[in-house]
Amino acid sequence: MRNSMAIIHWTILEVTGVVAIVAFAAGLLGSLTGLGGGVVLVPLLTIFFHVDIRYAIGASLISVIATSSGAAAAYVKEGFTNIRIGMFLEIATTFGALLGAFLATWIPTSLLAIIFGVMLLYSAYLSRKPRPEAQRNLPPDPLATRLRLNGSFPDLEGQRSYNVQNVPAGFSLMFGAGALSGLLGIGSGAVKVLAMDQAMRVPFKVSTTTSNFMIGVTAAASAGVYLSRGYVDPGLAMPVILGVLVGSLLGSRILVKAETQSLRLVFSLVILVLGLQMLYQGFWGKI
Amino acid sequence: MEVILGSLLRLGVLLSAAVVMIGACIYLYRHAHEAADYRVFRGEPSEYRTIPGVIRSVLGARGRGLIQLGLLLLIATPIARVAFSVVGFAIEGDRMYVAFTLIVLAVLLYSLLGSGIGF
Repeated sequence: MRNSMAIIHWTILEVTGVVAIVAFAAGLLGSLTGLGGGVVLVPLLTIFFHVDIRYAIGASLISVIATSSGAAAAYVKEGFTNIRIGMFLEIATTFGALLGAFLATWIPTSLLAIIFGVMLLYSAYLSRKPRPEAQRNLPPDPLATRLRLNGSFPDLEGQRSYNVQNVPAGFSLMFGAGALSGLLGIGSGAVKVLAMDQAMRVPFKVSTTTSNFMIGVTAAASAGVYLSRGYVDPGLAMPVILGVLVGSLLGSRILVKAETQSLRLVFSLVILVLGLQMLYQGFWGKI
Repeated sequence: MEVILGSLLRLGVLLSAAVVMIGACIYLYRHAHEAADYRVFRGEPSEYRTIPGVIRSVLGARGRGLIQLGLLLLIATPIARVAFSVVGFAIEGDRMYVAFTLIVLAVLLYSLLGSGIGF
């Protein structure tokens, strides 16, 4: 502990400045790699700044709403987002998020750290795994058809249509994604994309943008609980949301030009190391 | 419709960021050199935990109250977006999705108002 940057000796101005820079970097890298910034914020704040994990989760959750709402505006215009898939699955994610937020208020913080560590390791693994092949001409699923989930998106050869599969599995996975989001204060975009890609076989571009559209609404469902339980400290949340917001906006501007492959590798290594740290500190009761 | 909703989201984020910024200036101006401590979880006092509390501290021109108001606006942004979607689906005549969206809206409003933050 002696060598770490224990925030306790710092003044409010110093903390605000340093946290804003860290949040800016997390937002920038998260948006450049598409892995999300929230997932590294909580471990960075708890491991290096010794912020109580509940304050860190509260601040991170709010920043997730900011980035999702900011980015969704751009995506919706491009015509990839499927609003019906998003809205239908939000029934699952918002109930899940509410449950997760209530769970978070009575789970011991060391267990929270362990769950967070497992989630980080899983995200690192997912980010190295190749995406499933894009679907071509799958038969329409009766339930998906009744729910009007099938859609189309602009492709090189004009509009390409797709048929959504396995709705119950996707819906259940989304409940889990919502619960994780509410429990850990993250967007859990990785789980959301997984549910849509693997289970429902939604095309990659549609699942990514629809997931982003859903993240803000999911996070808003648990934010009320966090705020009313006193987990959102204005002094800490302020540099976090401003930093992440500026970082992710900048990231989405330079996304087209930058070479993201190697950046993605570096960022997934960072996630891996942070995940191991969270597990270690959780098991030894340091968080 | 969707394009308008997209702009609504962006406007909400910008507005709340601006309010947070103003609050940050007041807060830092007054408290910059005090010691910071987020190591021990105490929970926030009620003036930063409930909507009436936040409003009262904003009226008292408190920096942290303004930051909290900005955060409330940020939380309200996706909720407003869902509320407008209800109208959008109703215009399309899609009753099933009006119902789905109302369920989502109910959960969101319960979280914001029913979980203790309202009063």
